[in-house]
Amino acid sequence: MRSAALLSEPVLASAGRRARGLPSMSSLAEKDRPIVQLLLNTGTCPRCILRFCCVGSQMLYRHPHKDLLKDLQEFLRKSQEEEDTVCLDVAHPPCKRLRLEPGGEGADGLKHNGAVLQLPSADSGAAAVGCSAGNVCNVCLGILQEFCEADFVKKVCQKVNAADYQFTSFVFSVSLPPQLSVRERAAWLGVKQQMRNLGLPLPKDDIVQLKEAYKWIIHPQLSEELGVPADGKSLFEVSVVFSHPETDEECHFLATACPDCFKPAKNKQSVFTRMAVIKALEKIKEEDFLKHFPWPPSSPKNLCDALEIQCNNGAVFVAGRYNKYSRNLPQTPWIIDGERKLESSVEELISEHLMAQFKADSFNFSSSGREDVDVRTLGNGRPFAIELVNPRRIHFTAEEMKRLQQAINDSSDKIQVRDLQLVTREAIGRMKEGEEEKTKTYSALIWTDKAIQREDIAFLDDIKELKLDQKTPLRVLHRRPLAVRCRLIHTMKSEYIDEHHFRLHLKTQAGTYIKEFVHGDFGRTKPNIGSLLNRTADILELDVESVDVDWPPTLAD
Amino acid sequence: MAAGAAGPGGAERYFTRWYKPDVKGRPCEDFCVLQHSNRICVITLAEAHPLLQSGKTIKNINYQISANCSRLQNKVSGKSKRGAQFLTELAPLCRISSSDGEEYTIYSCIRGRLIEVNENILSNPALLQEKPSTEGYIAVVLPKFEESKSITQGLLTQKEYEEVLLKRRSSAS
Ligand SMILES: [Zn+2]
Repeated sequence: MRSAALLSEPVLASAGRRARGLPSMSSLAEKDRPIVQLLLNTGTCPRCILRFCCVGSQMLYRHPHKDLLKDLQEFLRKSQEEEDTVCLDVAHPPCKRLRLEPGGEGADGLKHNGAVLQLPSADSGAAAVGCSAGNVCNVCLGILQEFCEADFVKKVCQKVNAADYQFTSFVFSVSLPPQLSVRERAAWLGVKQQMRNLGLPLPKDDIVQLKEAYKWIIHPQLSEELGVPADGKSLFEVSVVFSHPETDEECHFLATACPDCFKPAKNKQSVFTRMAVIKALEKIKEEDFLKHFPWPPSSPKNLCDALEIQCNNGAVFVAGRYNKYSRNLPQTPWIIDGERKLESSVEELISEHLMAQFKADSFNFSSSGREDVDVRTLGNGRPFAIELVNPRRIHFTAEEMKRLQQAINDSSDKIQVRDLQLVTREAIGRMKEGEEEKTKTYSALIWTDKAIQREDIAFLDDIKELKLDQKTPLRVLHRRPLAVRCRLIHTMKSEYIDEHHFRLHLKTQAGTYIKEFVHGDFGRTKPNIGSLLNRTADILELDVESVDVDWPPTLAD
Repeated sequence: MAAGAAGPGGAERYFTRWYKPDVKGRPCEDFCVLQHSNRICVITLAEAHPLLQSGKTIKNINYQISANCSRLQNKVSGKSKRGAQFLTELAPLCRISSSDGEEYTIYSCIRGRLIEVNENILSNPALLQEKPSTEGYIAVVLPKFEESKSITQGLLTQKEYEEVLLKRRSSAS
């Protein structure tokens, strides 16, 4: 269907559009006259008229609204005069009320409630429904009128400035009420009909999209007021949500005509989303559309509401390594049945400083593996990364990051942080890469029930690549599948302490459960230290000595 | 009597012990349920159980509890442990016979899903007597989330159980 392209977006139609040099009505051609005439008479604003005439000159859209209106009227008057000199017939058409012919297939598509729709004649003037400076446009519902004015630009910029963001460019995004697409379709079908009736070539479908024209007009103003350029790739987004309650119900007929397009979605308040409406408009036949939607679209009483004006900065990522020196500190908040079990956590001790400095809305903590609440992490520490969501402040020098790290380290002796730095989202993948293949080094303090001598444990040092069969430990069995996994203890080194205690250094395959390897977990990890020593063994303390992941880069002190 | 192998902190430091004495009215047939803070339960024989007394020799352990139900057939899959046999409080887990001709039925003691039975005691029955509360366990049972508190309500705490043992001894003397 030809008109499908009219409403699909984004439309890269500049190739088909006339990009004329001078920002004046010379952008319009004689064959645009009937379009201008028709739309002006039915209550469409000058900028929407330019869009329907495929005018691609950005400058022209930026002209004041009332100047454009005057210029369009002038254009009509002038071409009228020219015609008068050539052919009187056109100035006084034989039929003052042009009948809209059915679209393409010959059905009586333009009958609305039994009545034959009639286009106002070319010379009926702008008096009846026509666009004057004060009327709200029946297509854009005021978007290309009031919402292009300095007052609105000021309002947006006040919001942005009050939100106190750091940004060097911006991207402006607009959410339009879906019925706007329906009205645009109706106006467009009217234009096509008019051209057909006059025996003129049909205009191209690639009209200038409303959003595109709006940005042409408002970007320079926002840019001027904010002092930074507009950039489609900017991470700082200023978004405006428009709504128009007065005409909300105009989409509803589409649900009957095209029920497939409107499936209820869990997270949406209404099935009439913009995407669903556009899909339905692509599917619906012209004559069905015209049967259900009045032409011309009525002139609304009210402008759109700018429902929300919001700012959002793209996430910033901070990485580093942490040591955990407490056996009473979980990595992430420990909450059971909504009840907090321990006061703090590694992620909170680090993030609270970052949140305060970056002034973010929220954060997401991730790390290369994790340790139990009673396990310390020593050595070079464990790599971690924190995503700061919607940060107000984003620029930090290396010196400032160092001070931030110092502030974290000064505030708690339970953790220490090193190599704190800003990183990209992509780089974080390197932290998770190989997390499961890398080896881990641990140190365990072990108790035995029966007395041991140095020679009783010395043989452990000679065991290499010890193969374990580990059933899913009972302590995690409630949330993990039951399985038997094969794991390797690469090497062990024992350090005798006394008759009931020794320290064991282990290098293991990632994913080995060390506590279970020591106490055996009801005989569910085989072999275990108890079975190797022919005693009952238990683990008193466990430390992670190294996490062999070479990211993030080490920083000089 | 076999030693309960709890260490100084103990592999059992996260387990709470619950007891069910004289199950089905049979004297001294006591069981101990070790409940982890994550609600997983390990079913074991309590120290006073006749099978753990000196002089007893285990002849046979049988997880085939009826003609068409064997606990060895139990298979669970996924995090949600699909396919588990469901156990009521007095569901038998296995039958153990001793060389003196006695047969003892081991009961679940709690409602829940059977996660695994201990196959190690089939090949090494001595484990049952040497380490009844660790490697000689009978089965692992996962109670329903909403029943994880209520399932132990009919059971005795360690202290209450010790009082039962004390009374038994004084009435015997
Ligand atoms: Zn408009």
